[in-house]
Amino acid sequence: MTKQVKKIICIVCPRGCEITVELEDGKIKSIKGYSCPLGKQYAEKEVVNPERILMSIVKCVGGDLPVVSVKTAKPIPLSRMIEASKALADIAVEAPVKIGDKIVENLLGLGIDVIATRPCHKQKEE
Amino acid sequence: MAQNMLSQKSKPSYGVIEMPDRITKRDYDTVVIGGGPAGLAAALEAREKGLETLVVETRDRLGGIPLQCIHPGFGIHYFKKDMTGPEFVYRFIDKLLSTDIDYTVKSYVNTAKYVSPMEKKLEIITPYGTEIVGTKTIIYAAGARERTRYEIGITGPNPAGIMTAGEAQTLMDMYGVMPGKRILIVGSGDVGLIMARRFVLEGAEVVGVAEILPYPSGLMRNVQQCLKDYGIPLLLSHMVISVKQCNGRVSSAVVVKVDENFKPIQGSEKEIECDTIVIAAGLKPRTKLLESLGAQIDPRTKGPVVNEYFETTIPGVFVAGNALIINDYVDYAVEQGELAALAATKYVDEKGIKIKKPVKIVLGRNMRLIVPQMLTLTSDVLFYGRVARPEDNVWLSFKEIGFKIPQLRVLPSIMIRQKIRLDKLRMLKTDTLTVEVIPRD
Repeated sequence: MTKQVKKIICIVCPRGCEITVELEDGKIKSIKGYSCPLGKQYAEKEVVNPERILMSIVKCVGGDLPVVSVKTAKPIPLSRMIEASKALADIAVEAPVKIGDKIVENLLGLGIDVIATRPCHKQKEE
Repeated sequence: MAQNMLSQKSKPSYGVIEMPDRITKRDYDTVVIGGGPAGLAAALEAREKGLETLVVETRDRLGGIPLQCIHPGFGIHYFKKDMTGPEFVYRFIDKLLSTDIDYTVKSYVNTAKYVSPMEKKLEIITPYGTEIVGTKTIIYAAGARERTRYEIGITGPNPAGIMTAGEAQTLMDMYGVMPGKRILIVGSGDVGLIMARRFVLEGAEVVGVAEILPYPSGLMRNVQQCLKDYGIPLLLSHMVISVKQCNGRVSSAVVVKVDENFKPIQGSEKEIECDTIVIAAGLKPRTKLLESLGAQIDPRTKGPVVNEYFETTIPGVFVAGNALIINDYVDYAVEQGELAALAATKYVDEKGIKIKKPVKIVLGRNMRLIVPQMLTLTSDVLFYGRVARPEDNVWLSFKEIGFKIPQLRVLPSIMIRQKIRLDKLRMLKTDTLTVEVIPRD
């Protein structure tokens, strides 16, 4: 039987609770230090398979800003973040873009879409 | 004639105007200076309460700084939903656009004059010319500015490649411009930590984050998800003593370890190669216009001295958001905006904020700063403060009224927010109230 104690900092909200997870043979024995259900869920996930929401920008052609901000609709594995960010570097969309518009479907085959988080309006003619 | 010039039809087409702006009146009940979260929230609340409201924003669109904060973590408290900065602030923008609140972008208040308790005159520079607007109250929500390299002692030459974290963020996440390839971040404020992660995700190398304090000044969650997640070194108790340049661009920085008195330790100098130095040394409330009105400034918060209505020492001039105090959460800025708007409504309705008994707030043990700094003793009070140093197992104590709240841990990077009800405050016999952090046993 192998016991393991993992200390993690919760990233769900800015409070940054320190959560202690006790593991026995890789199974969670106890979770302490969280102050909301979301924090507990986060800790359960974090000790097994850490995930993050990826935020980035993609080019926006003909918009009032040259880029539109995007995020993954759900968290993706932390280990794939840089690879996923690289994949977004080649994407360009056309204005107008609304918040929530789907920018990429099924990013890296993860089954997760990338959506716009900032509107990009069509650039008006001078 | 002036009225005619202000009508929608006569406005020239002016390049990119995302949201057409409008000043339709000569006189307002309140003018909100700043169209970020605090200002938008204030304007919405003020209009809801029936005030004729104008918002003045300097950028080319409403929204303020969250427009460029493309990372998640916004709205957990306010909307009970995890959102990015633009998603969060567009909730307010969309709501504002559905009202008849007047606003003007690419505009700023050049001068403000206190004429009488119920009249202030503002000179507003807009793309269409200068407008003189009268108002009964002002809600100042112009946010903060970033501290510069000079304020943290990085003097010497000024090659290309030195910028603040917010400037780097505007460049990258509003305009899609990469500021450099090998980046040293100086200071561990949240914007700097967040940008460290953005740089790495966009293919740059972050050679380190140098922090003069022995602990990070940003939130722990950002130390985790922005630095530790990507193995970015955090150099605590380190400062930059010089910047070297090559062909007009930053080529390296010399960092040195400091002792507990922030004195450089001889022989610990290290030269770090980099092409960009990003200053993340924290924020300072913008106060220029308030100072021009004669408002008293608190040397601790660097913002104005206010009462529990967030009213400055100038009657009818209220403050909210990072112009008041540097906040941890956008939720607080929104909350302060709404409170300031309610206060402005009270001011307009009752022709001023009456003082029942003037009380001065005194900083006691381990308290570094607090707002409000004074009370009228006519309302519940929402205190926001910061401690001077980390401490475990303490009371947050409001001494003269014998009110104590237990705290497991206090940290300078985590703002204390505490509401005290008026019935408790009425027990106050003195004209000062001391706020202090004291050990629990």
